[in-house]
Amino acid sequence: MTSYTDKIREASKRLLKEGTVDMVIGFAKGSVPMMNQPMHAVNQGDVDRFVWDGNCGINLANYVTGRTERIGIVAKGCDSRNLAVHIVENKIKRDQLYIIGVPCTGMIDRHRLTAAVNGEIESVTEDEAGKTVTVSGDGFSETFNRPEVLQENCALCMHRNPVIYDERIADEVPEQSDEDVDRYAAVKQIEAMSPEEKWAYFDDLLSDCIRCYACRNACPLCYCPTCFVDESKPQWVGKSTEIPDVRIFHFLRAYHCAGRCTDCGACVRSCPVGINVRAMTKKLEKDCLEYFGWEAGLTTDQRPPLDTYKPDDPEQFIK
Amino acid sequence: MKVIQIDKSELDAGLGKLENAYRLIGPVKEKDYHAFKTLKTGEKPDLYYINTRLSARAVLYPQTEVMFEFSLDRTDEQYGILKEPKKNDTPRAVIGIRPCDADAYEVVRRNFDTPEYKDPYWLKNYEATTLVGLACSNPCPTCFCTSTVSGPFSDKNLDIMLVDNGDHFLARVLTEKGEKLSESAGWNSPADNADDAIETLKDSAESKIKSSVSTDNLAKQSLIDLYEAESAIWESEAFACINCGTCTHACPTCWCFDVQDETYGKSGVRMRIWDSCMYPIFSIHASGHNPRGTKLARVRQRFMHKLKYYVDKYEKGIQCTGCGRCVRLCPVNIDIRRICNKMNSYDPETCSCKVAS
Repeated sequence: MTSYTDKIREASKRLLKEGTVDMVIGFAKGSVPMMNQPMHAVNQGDVDRFVWDGNCGINLANYVTGRTERIGIVAKGCDSRNLAVHIVENKIKRDQLYIIGVPCTGMIDRHRLTAAVNGEIESVTEDEAGKTVTVSGDGFSETFNRPEVLQENCALCMHRNPVIYDERIADEVPEQSDEDVDRYAAVKQIEAMSPEEKWAYFDDLLSDCIRCYACRNACPLCYCPTCFVDESKPQWVGKSTEIPDVRIFHFLRAYHCAGRCTDCGACVRSCPVGINVRAMTKKLEKDCLEYFGWEAGLTTDQRPPLDTYKPDDPEQFIK
Repeated sequence: MKVIQIDKSELDAGLGKLENAYRLIGPVKEKDYHAFKTLKTGEKPDLYYINTRLSARAVLYPQTEVMFEFSLDRTDEQYGILKEPKKNDTPRAVIGIRPCDADAYEVVRRNFDTPEYKDPYWLKNYEATTLVGLACSNPCPTCFCTSTVSGPFSDKNLDIMLVDNGDHFLARVLTEKGEKLSESAGWNSPADNADDAIETLKDSAESKIKSSVSTDNLAKQSLIDLYEAESAIWESEAFACINCGTCTHACPTCWCFDVQDETYGKSGVRMRIWDSCMYPIFSIHASGHNPRGTKLARVRQRFMHKLKYYVDKYEKGIQCTGCGRCVRLCPVNIDIRRICNKMNSYDPETCSCKVAS
């Protein structure tokens, strides 16, 4: 990871020095474990604050929405896919971006580690080979195999390497395939439930929601000038934590992401109460793959399936 | 003020007796973390917890609270009249609240209980509640209460403070409410030399707090200078912020709310709901104009409110008890400790702070 950090700093310094970009967006080391902070370097002197490790799980595509500068951006696989979605959806122009591609080996699941130990975590260190993660605090120290403490979306990720980039700071990492992992195992479990079981599952899933909207605001797709839950003229959704309103928020938001979500996991990572928001979005990802052979953010040449219309659509209902 | 000793083996029996006289609320673990819940009959609070994920604010000030009910049925003689719903204001006791959360009630009270305005909802809840605190013997690395208006053994807003002392709790009975509760529980064994023991444990706990904020200069700083410190403070801090409400919803001292009417067929309710200064809609005017239309303005508002406006208005320190929840939970690491230190050390002459990002 040290080599990644050095390469990111080198590239950023060069881009700022040569005037290729006005700013570079990357991560600074956070003040608490597992919480790196998105930052922008405008001067060459700022770039030494850039770091790379397993705590860069926030999706940086979220930070370029609607910007007008020329931007260098550090992008792991999912960030690059969301940049592609942004380009297709006209939220940023391709030629405004200089994408510093980072082949990714997955991000550490902060919720899982926080729950796994008794006490507040003071430090999380990864070995240079990327094999282990050691978590320590007052009176405890525990070492985990890195693959076992990855965010679930990372453990199931099929696009760890950036799909679009201007330079890539390291050789590609091996990609997983459907033969290695069943990325939809959790979705299939829910699909197999009876309606009553599904109802209970989603009731429980959303029962802790405090409607802070961290999931929405961490999501690069959620750039609507006014979110439907914030509309007041007319008001469409109640603002309390009453279950129907909480459900409407989550389900509608998930559907709005269908065919656009790259399963970056920023929603789950950001949730202060640990709701697995992906339980909803992953199902929609699966449907898009099965019905339309579509995975979001792999190309800048095609609009997502639920965003287009073709006169030769085979479905009868549309004619 | 007296100190009594409660053997751990007798604690549950005492709590059992309290069930008749009080609704008990305490920290219980649900899924992966602790939260304050109304305890079911026989259910016991976990007094060995570290802290709850979210603060105890909702105990007195629920996230959603019905203020009025009304009928929209024109044939109803009560049509259109706002009526207060009947609420359960029987005595309740919070068992095991941490000092940071109890001290936050004093902060919130400055807003809800003034000579001009009394918030009946919050005050009724407050008056009905007895606070049995649990001193923090093992504070977390992100706790910085000792440099705020609180501390791991701060008992100034508790009715009883429990201190874990091996096989028993020492209980400092601090108020009449506390007296009454300890009588109901049958906790009456006097403890010998307990104040010394508590002081020793207090010193030990305070020495474990590694994190702090500097606040000595905040009152002296010019409000306008801090407000205008965009390049030195606000631009870099606001960049990362995603404007979610995690910090405000986790905070024990945030008090802002929104008022909403909801109708269901021919009846409706007027309720108040926690609001967040991080949301664009928080300050939008009916005209459509938003005086805090940018992320920078909203981030600045949150910290100026807690660390400057409040400091100047009440002269009682900062609007923060150092519980560290916003630091632990912010998904993008906006750290109030860093911002407080920046504000405290800001030099308008050089437009710089003495502490780094």
